[in-house]
Amino acid sequence: MIATFIRRNMRVLIPAAAFAILFSVYIGTHPRGLSSYVLTIWSNQTALLAFAALAQFFVVLVRGIDLSVGAVVALTNVVASHVLDGQTVPVFVGVLLVLGTGALCGLVSGLFVAFGRIPAIIATLATGAVYSGLALWLRPTPGGAVDEALSDALTYTIGPVPTSLVIILLIVVLGTLLLRRSTFGLSLYGLGSSEHSAELTGIDVRWTRVKAHALGGLCAGFGGFYVAMVTLTGDAGIAPAYTLNSIAAIVLGGVSLAGGAGTILGVVIGTMLLKTIAALMFFSGLPPLAQPFFEGLILAAAIAAGAFGILRVRNKLKLFSQ
Amino acid sequence: MTSTAPLIDLAGISKTYGPVRALSDVDFSVRSGSTHAILGENGAGKSTLMKLLSGAITPTAGEIRVDGRPVHFTSTRQASERGIVCMFQELSLMPSLSVGDNIVLARPGRNFGFVPGRAYREAKTTLERIGAGAIALDTPVHELTLAERQLVEIAKALYQKPRLLILDEATSALGASAVEKVFSVIRALRDEGCCVLFISHRFHEVEALADRISVFRAGSHIRTFPAGALTRDEIVALMIGQSMEELFPPPRPPVDAAAAPTLRLQDVSFGTELSDISFSVRPGEIYGLGGLDGQGQQRVPEAIFGTLSGVTGTIEIGGRRFERRSPFKAKGRDFAVAFVPEDRKTEGMIQPLSIEDNMRLAGLGLGGGKAAAAERDRRCRALLARLELVCGGLGDPVSSLSGGNQQKVLLAKWLALAPSCLLLLDPTRGIDVKTKAQIYRLLDDLAREGVAIVLQSTDYEELVHLCDRVAVFYGGRVARELAGETLNPENLISAAMGLSRNDQTGDAA
Repeated sequence: MIATFIRRNMRVLIPAAAFAILFSVYIGTHPRGLSSYVLTIWSNQTALLAFAALAQFFVVLVRGIDLSVGAVVALTNVVASHVLDGQTVPVFVGVLLVLGTGALCGLVSGLFVAFGRIPAIIATLATGAVYSGLALWLRPTPGGAVDEALSDALTYTIGPVPTSLVIILLIVVLGTLLLRRSTFGLSLYGLGSSEHSAELTGIDVRWTRVKAHALGGLCAGFGGFYVAMVTLTGDAGIAPAYTLNSIAAIVLGGVSLAGGAGTILGVVIGTMLLKTIAALMFFSGLPPLAQPFFEGLILAAAIAAGAFGILRVRNKLKLFSQ
Repeated sequence: MTSTAPLIDLAGISKTYGPVRALSDVDFSVRSGSTHAILGENGAGKSTLMKLLSGAITPTAGEIRVDGRPVHFTSTRQASERGIVCMFQELSLMPSLSVGDNIVLARPGRNFGFVPGRAYREAKTTLERIGAGAIALDTPVHELTLAERQLVEIAKALYQKPRLLILDEATSALGASAVEKVFSVIRALRDEGCCVLFISHRFHEVEALADRISVFRAGSHIRTFPAGALTRDEIVALMIGQSMEELFPPPRPPVDAAAAPTLRLQDVSFGTELSDISFSVRPGEIYGLGGLDGQGQQRVPEAIFGTLSGVTGTIEIGGRRFERRSPFKAKGRDFAVAFVPEDRKTEGMIQPLSIEDNMRLAGLGLGGGKAAAAERDRRCRALLARLELVCGGLGDPVSSLSGGNQQKVLLAKWLALAPSCLLLLDPTRGIDVKTKAQIYRLLDDLAREGVAIVLQSTDYEELVHLCDRVAVFYGGRVARELAGETLNPENLISAAMGLSRNDQTGDAA
């Protein structure tokens, strides 16, 4: 029983163990130890990337890839810096506008992929360029204003616990429920696992794919929104970092780039792992300009680990799954 | 059961794929409360018929009526909502989902898009009903064996509460006791008023299960009759529609037993799929590889040609050991092996390239300069002329050809290299009778010229009439080698099913 559990959940257990070790090192070596302050900063950083990673995850789950994740985060962040000042429109309308923008961006990419029959990597490269361009047009230099009361509520703490950590936990619970218990969630796994079988099972393959992209866009919208909450500004230039890191985070979290395998918990753990590594590097005295190089190395190593089959879903009947 | 209106009625149904007619002008109907077997050779249109009924494809012409009303299914879901459920030969399970998830997804409930717990309980009950209660609902499908997957597939079909259940070779991987259990469930379904339509290549299954039998041949519905009305021989004659003498070339004289073998395998193994295969093929001999699907026989030519890695054992070609095998080395001058793969669409040819370019692909890298290339071209054209290739021009893409004509190009491209040893994987699958006869004649001629041929086939008649010897595979081993008098359909079938001469209750599980 336990052996089976470990074998089936290897993809989450390995990154979870790695995270536990590195996080202990991080807290152990941090001058201020396990304080609410340290935890809040770490957790806010994690939440920023977690939304982008989730956006990437839903698309990768259906055997796609979304190169527009960062662009949607940037665009929604810029939109947030225009509509969340609390003066132009009521704040809740502003929030809906920001999230709606994200979902719409995902929907458009999804329509291109599903009905235009364009490979996701190309379609989202194109839509991403459009979204980035739009973001830059709307806000050529970083700036804008964001309602500070809302920001404080979402980026500080509830009691001793960082608000962002509570949000992350909520996402894991609700997201897992959606993915493992709803027809839509199971269809995402089914589609990513075998499009042909999904079609024969009666799953509407095209609309499921569109919905996956739209849901991803919504998550990226949450990402842009949260960037605005943390930084209090809009910045069109953040796109590339988010796209690359979103892929790195899900790969570290045991999500298969071949689709059909991965969990929300894994995505969050992968994000935490990546952010902890980044935080460790920050304190390790590495020159800041060398950090992207090491982040790149980590991403390459994570993908290579997948390629060598350590985390691969083994199919007993590979010959029959063609 | 005596319901008056047919459950499903097909009127004038045709289905064409480009120039290929898979079904032409078929009238066919089935009634509730019956078990109806569809018989026919490969390429007779059986699978196309099943796919039409289940909504996986739409007819080019004609009308499908359910309960007397015309329907136009554009997806399998629409068909299953009308109670038409198909269990496909190519399994429709999604490997990374669990058994339970796979089953409940087949019939999604309303419940705000969430799957209720009772759906999983019902899935479990369905598995238990077909005697597969041992398969846990939370097992990911990719951990299951083929037999277990077939059972899950059957449970998935039953879970949808079908009025018409279509089974396409549904029990091919199951052992005898599991098959019997599934059959008893099918009979119970029939008695409840369901219609079960099934394709099987095993006569004893048809005899055990069918009330009515329909024979299809070359895309046409030939005849429907009550089970037991015709003998096996009469049914086979209907299925083939042509005497064996016309289809196959006359028998060749036996090859010289003293001749040195062109190809010799000694204890060749590959993972769990092949164990200790040993045989040799002499010049001019056609050596058949038979057996049920997936018993390892398909791997043998691939192992010889060097497309599999991790093959152990000795392979000798022309008396020389063939080591560190690769396709490039195999086709080279030293060994001169040609390999015609199973799937001409993906493995055999590059579809968008022209016929001419595809012809030349096999010769790439063989050297010999322009003269040799021109010689290969000349030979290829001669072969195509001899096989009567039907095409617009050699510059047309291969994808514009019918299946039979594609197969001619594929054969020609390899034979132009003048191989001493020819490996073929099911070269006549899904091909019309005329092309089949042409290919048989060509293989016969090649054998007479001294080429050693290894022919893997799913067609028993082909193995019986064309081969000098046949190795029948079962579970990755040669269950029996048949030659001369012992090479007949009965022996082939019993050996293929793992029945040795004194054991009649073999279990394939």
